[in-house]
Amino acid sequence: MTALDTSTAPAAAAAPGAPALVVTGLSIRFGGLTAVEDMTFEVNEGEVLSLIGPNGAGKTSAFNAITGYIQAASGSIVYRGAPLLGLKPNQIAAHGVVRTFQKTSVFNGLPVLDNVLVGLHLRARQHPLAIILGLPGVKRDEARLREAAWDILTLVGLDGRAHETAASLPYGELRLLEVAIALAAEPTLLLLDEPVSGMNPSETGAFMALLGRIRARGVTVLLVEHDMKMVMGVSDRVVCLNQGRIIADGPPAAIQRDPQVIRAYLGERYVRARG
Amino acid sequence: MSRAVTLASSLSWVAFLVTLPLWMNDLYFLHVLIITGIFIVAAMSLNLLLGYTGQLSLGHVAFFGIGAYVSSLVSLGFEIHVWGETTVSLEPKPVWLAMLVAVMFAGLCGFMIGKISFKVRGAYFVIVSVSFAEVTRLVALNWLELTQGPMALNNIPYLKLGIPGVGQIDFIGKLPNYYLVLGVAILTYVIIRRLVRSRAGRAMIALRENEPLATSVGIDVTRFLVLATVVSAGLAGLAGAVYAHYVRIVDPDVFLFIYTVTMVIMVVTGGKGTLAGPIVGGLIFGILPEVLRGFEVMPEIQWVVYGVLMILIVYFLPEGIVPALRDAWRRWAGRSGTPPARPTVVVEAQP
Repeated sequence: MTALDTSTAPAAAAAPGAPALVVTGLSIRFGGLTAVEDMTFEVNEGEVLSLIGPNGAGKTSAFNAITGYIQAASGSIVYRGAPLLGLKPNQIAAHGVVRTFQKTSVFNGLPVLDNVLVGLHLRARQHPLAIILGLPGVKRDEARLREAAWDILTLVGLDGRAHETAASLPYGELRLLEVAIALAAEPTLLLLDEPVSGMNPSETGAFMALLGRIRARGVTVLLVEHDMKMVMGVSDRVVCLNQGRIIADGPPAAIQRDPQVIRAYLGERYVRARG
Repeated sequence: MSRAVTLASSLSWVAFLVTLPLWMNDLYFLHVLIITGIFIVAAMSLNLLLGYTGQLSLGHVAFFGIGAYVSSLVSLGFEIHVWGETTVSLEPKPVWLAMLVAVMFAGLCGFMIGKISFKVRGAYFVIVSVSFAEVTRLVALNWLELTQGPMALNNIPYLKLGIPGVGQIDFIGKLPNYYLVLGVAILTYVIIRRLVRSRAGRAMIALRENEPLATSVGIDVTRFLVLATVVSAGLAGLAGAVYAHYVRIVDPDVFLFIYTVTMVIMVVTGGKGTLAGPIVGGLIFGILPEVLRGFEVMPEIQWVVYGVLMILIVYFLPEGIVPALRDAWRRWAGRSGTPPARPTVVVEAQP
């Protein structure tokens, strides 16, 4: 693996196809329970990689370990040459690795626009002393951030809701707002944890279109999802987990035919019946 | 429109308060306003922690008392024995410098408390802050050589400010102190307003609303909680310093738990997490006891009225008075048209 630029600047985008996130031998344990065992996979620059597997396969645990919410027992996680293991979530976000949550998670009490403004935290250039002294630079920075927030809301299609309180949005739009907040943090690698669960087919379709627009911006995407239509529709590559282990890794078409994957989802008898 | 209305109402409030002593000749009422104003400054500083970061500091009076004691001691000078014959002494310093040192020292205490206790959140933070306040009270009570203990620090000098072109102003008596408190209150309001409408304030609010999400977009939780504690403690220390040089006697009772409770009542009834909340709550619960006394009701009844009013507000307006009024205003204004989709000047819907 080449030693890539470790700076946090998103402009330091590497060549498409080069490994961006490299997870090696990752194991996660909760007491005696092993949630993830010796997991090794790579996410390449600019691709959409889906992590699938039955419930309890360890997808969300892997997500939490990559983004610093839980500590891995062993293994290594390297993003663009920078080791992420042991860093706090906010430090990992500063490396350009930003996630959404499985359970809908927004700032409920704040207006939609302010939700995105919070997400812009890392892009803000405001020293606490400058804020207290009311220096003009802070005001200019705020105006710049508001512009950026409006652009992101336009991208996800929530600009018409900017002044509404987040809690008042319908479910589908809440999930869009989550993505907007994550996008505000200027990720180069975006991790989406079941973004379309609970959405109706038309909402899912709209979300897939949004994913295309995000991708067009050069953002690498790691997706955990149960909706197979979505997974097969958007992914360049699919990694399948079962009981904490990787059982298959390949393009969507190959994964669909893989006997191991079918066994994990549908059971031994189904494989024999087909074979 | 909203911005012009807000500006006009703020300016008329300031004009009202500036001209108040000109047509209100009651010196006792002016004293009540000064004490209320000092409490409002402390309540505003508490609001930064309680209302914006969501952390309940039940030892907030410690920063107030530290401000009062440090400012008094620096302006009076002191000499203490540290080890055997070794002494540490300080010559009396000008009051403005003493107040500055008091603010810095209170801020430093806030920094340390923040660093220690934000490892622990919620109930544990409440316990740490209460303990801290109790420890400072016991130190003030028992370190006789420094603080005179229960004998209190007396003859604290008043603030003298030399202003070029105007000459020297002596902040002694009611009228100058009224304007001093008004100035400090406006300064506190402006600082907190700037802070909460910036990156720093949004980070604090984000932590209150949803901490895991806040960290996921790169917000350093501890850093902004500590920033909030430092600013909050510094401003509470400033309130304490103003208090000390106004009443000119400071005893360990400034650390009493009841004062923290009063601040919390002011913040919660007025509306925590709003800029105007502590002012509204402070005015009501600062002036109410005096108004009741004016009606010559029995002291017991005064406190019953105080308590009943507090319960009624908390029960019927759980968010506080200011948010309730704001919602009512929005409902009323909302009928006359919808806001534009993407205004060039973004309207801020804050009081």
